[in-house]
Amino acid sequence: MSEERLLAKLKCSLQVGQCGNQVGCRFWDLALREHAHVNKRGLYDEALSSFFRNVDPRKSDGGACCVGGRIQHLKARAVLIDMEEGVVHRILQGPLREVFDSAQLLTDVSGSGNNWAVGNLTYGSAYMDSIVNKLRKAAEHCDCLQCFFLIHSMGGGTGSGLGTRVLSLLEEEFPDVCRIVTAMYPSAEDDVITSPYNSVLAMKELTEHADCVLPVENQSLVDIVNKISLMSHDAKPGCVLKKESTVTSGQGGVSPTERPFDAMNNIVANLLLNITSSSRFDGSLNMDLNEIAMNLVPFPRLHYLVPSLTPLYTLADVNIPTRRLDQMFSDAFSKEHQLIRADPKHSLYLACALMVRGNVQVSDLRRNIERLRPSLPFVSWNQEGWKTGLCSVPPVGHTHSLLALANNTCVKPTFMELRDRFTKLYKKKAHLHHYLHIDGMEQSTFSEALSSLSALIEEYHHLDATKARLIPDAPRLSIAR
Amino acid sequence: MSVVTVQLGQCGNQVGQELFDVMRSDAPDVHRKTYSAVSRERFFRQTTQGALEARAVLIDMEPKVINHSMSEAAKSGRWRYGETSHFSQKQGSGNNWANGYCVHGPRHRDAVEELVRREVEHCDMLAGFIPIMSVAGGTGSGVGTFVTQCLRDVYPSSFVLNHLTWPYGTGEVIVQNYNSVLTLAHLYQLSDAILVHENDIVHKICSQLLKIKQISFSDINRVIAHQLGGVLQPTLTPVSCGAYSRHPIGELMSALACHPEYKLLSVCTIPQMASSSIAFSTFSWPALLKHLRQMLISNSKMEGGIDWQVCPPPASAGRSRSLSAGSFNTSLANLLILRGKDVYSADTGGFEDPAIYTSWLPPDEALSLWKSPVPFNKYEKSATLVSNSQALLRPLDDMVRKAWNMFASRAYIHQYVKFGISEEDFLDSFTSLEQVISSYSELQ
Repeated sequence: MSEERLLAKLKCSLQVGQCGNQVGCRFWDLALREHAHVNKRGLYDEALSSFFRNVDPRKSDGGACCVGGRIQHLKARAVLIDMEEGVVHRILQGPLREVFDSAQLLTDVSGSGNNWAVGNLTYGSAYMDSIVNKLRKAAEHCDCLQCFFLIHSMGGGTGSGLGTRVLSLLEEEFPDVCRIVTAMYPSAEDDVITSPYNSVLAMKELTEHADCVLPVENQSLVDIVNKISLMSHDAKPGCVLKKESTVTSGQGGVSPTERPFDAMNNIVANLLLNITSSSRFDGSLNMDLNEIAMNLVPFPRLHYLVPSLTPLYTLADVNIPTRRLDQMFSDAFSKEHQLIRADPKHSLYLACALMVRGNVQVSDLRRNIERLRPSLPFVSWNQEGWKTGLCSVPPVGHTHSLLALANNTCVKPTFMELRDRFTKLYKKKAHLHHYLHIDGMEQSTFSEALSSLSALIEEYHHLDATKARLIPDAPRLSIAR
Repeated sequence: MSVVTVQLGQCGNQVGQELFDVMRSDAPDVHRKTYSAVSRERFFRQTTQGALEARAVLIDMEPKVINHSMSEAAKSGRWRYGETSHFSQKQGSGNNWANGYCVHGPRHRDAVEELVRREVEHCDMLAGFIPIMSVAGGTGSGVGTFVTQCLRDVYPSSFVLNHLTWPYGTGEVIVQNYNSVLTLAHLYQLSDAILVHENDIVHKICSQLLKIKQISFSDINRVIAHQLGGVLQPTLTPVSCGAYSRHPIGELMSALACHPEYKLLSVCTIPQMASSSIAFSTFSWPALLKHLRQMLISNSKMEGGIDWQVCPPPASAGRSRSLSAGSFNTSLANLLILRGKDVYSADTGGFEDPAIYTSWLPPDEALSLWKSPVPFNKYEKSATLVSNSQALLRPLDDMVRKAWNMFASRAYIHQYVKFGISEEDFLDSFTSLEQVISSYSELQ
């Protein structure tokens, strides 16, 4: 057989800004733990290789090890970018310091002052080449990349501004590699006054350059964390909150201490863990990352996928009767489990994906889809459109879990609210001068960003309008006989 | 005469492994030496060390499933796959037919053709190819179509029988209807015949007949393998002159694929029950055949909930049939395969009734009968019916209808165009399938 160079499907994460790096590092922490739990023999297998390089520091040529050998030193395929030193610095001093190569880090000192223009234009231009070089290094071979994971917040300056600059860079340099962005949206009570500006400016970039976006709202994370601690406080007898649950704490992971926001970041990290699980482990119905964009993005700009994770807490039992399993499916569609404040059941589904992990079979999946489908409004041309995946390995500390990704018009109110907050500031031209005096920034950047958001809202609005209407089948082609 | 199987994508590789398992474990009885020898020669080859290797080429765009299938096979201890009979990449086809057909297929053409060539060289005589694939995803469907085209190009005089698994109606993949339409339209030009299993039907068999509580894809695949095995294992045919036929695929084509517009074949087997119940059941040919005939004409693909009210319309009535009117399933041709005890005394007259066939072929040509005295896969008596009939018309029409509705809104089209097919290509595929639907609707 001719020697075909096996094109590996590597994933590379790009963590930008304070929030992005905190979430990103928690993801890598959990990923290491997950693989350690499953991979008892310490084998550097294909699953690991798509996320980690295996480096033998004793080798003289840089040390890269091939798939199949023993694990020496795992290095995350990640690039960490921050314009302040604090967060990345702490990471390099903490237990994850060995996981990141110093060549993969990019830091500066002064921060972006919560200013999208500083992040996107000033730092963007200054560090463009450097970033591309680091990317190529982390990927090893450019044509082996399958997917980039970008993680950043929307409300600040670095994550939002530099993060979206990196996004358009990725599109230019690696046009065939899928770009999935996990974007943390600020709540209305966010203490950064200019967060609406930063978010809307960033949104235009996400709409134009991302393949798909997983929006996450801080407020939803807060609500979910509160719900979990309520449960652990008035736990019913027999319902024990497992300490090593990956959702609530980093216990059992590499970093032992729990700090503020850690619980929220944990949830987002779990989202990433679950979305990549089928690429990393076996299952009877695999769902690869490139299948997510393919199935969930019917029109290029409508690529905002609302995530929901269940169950949020571990139940004591190992043998969970079917009733509990079905509850997990029901919960995935309830508004309490969505990672943005939205109610998908009362809006319109364009597409939905269910990624199940653990001992769940196709009949469980089918039974629940049949059960829940009648109460979920789907767009007329995709009445039965479900993308499903079954991965046999559950997350550590759970027997099964479910990640749902919904392309649903319920994002519209979130975006409209964001636009309102933006307009409130923009009308008064509040703080505008901070942006406009940045080299490369013009008034039109603002108005274009606003139009882009409005156009997006319009598209969702049109789809919503079809919800109540009964759309007949499209007339079929008639064949001359 | 040997068959080379090409397993494509996750489904193809999972089903293929179960199929070889069935064929290897069928007829362990030492007295069935001839039967076993023919079956072995047909699907396996012997290595110099005496191990049995499947005559199969395994293809996937990602490695996990092939690795799993190969290790499952080796675990059985009775057979295995050739060490170098597989080809996999690491990229996956992303559930995108165009990615499979336009990108992965051509990119890896040489490697795949080489694997096939090597397998064919091991055959003294080639009976034909059986590509096994699903239509919902990207690799089985897209790469599978491309590979079928390659087989056609390189082996123009060999038979190609495609086995397809159609997905659950309420999706596994959102763009499954697009992938299915594109696959079927192309295969119709390339394939000699297309044998179809539907996940929805097989699921029902698992739950209602086999009484499986928590149905997994392994269960589904095992039923498909059992039914396929019932078709492909050795039989005596009218022209095989008292010996097991050496041209199973060719004879299947003569029996069923009599017209280029009619290539869709469905399968059903009787009986089908939980292994624990088999010992307590008695089987008689009259009962089995009566049920099977009713399953055929009422279009229930399994023995359960058969509609006994359906009967052939009287010959006198003007027999114009439309898709919606009437539940009577008209056949173009049928292949009835009987296996087990007392096959020679089975009365198959019910299947020769001209009322169940379209009028083009005389009933004695429309029905082909194959027999084997060897009980198949634990059943003392069993019958497999392969039909070229209207059985797949409704599911096909549903598939096209849903795909067309999606196409009308142009949803997801940009994902396909990105990889090299155009809206025109879609329209051509829709047109081809409407033609097929029309042809089958008008069978009278």
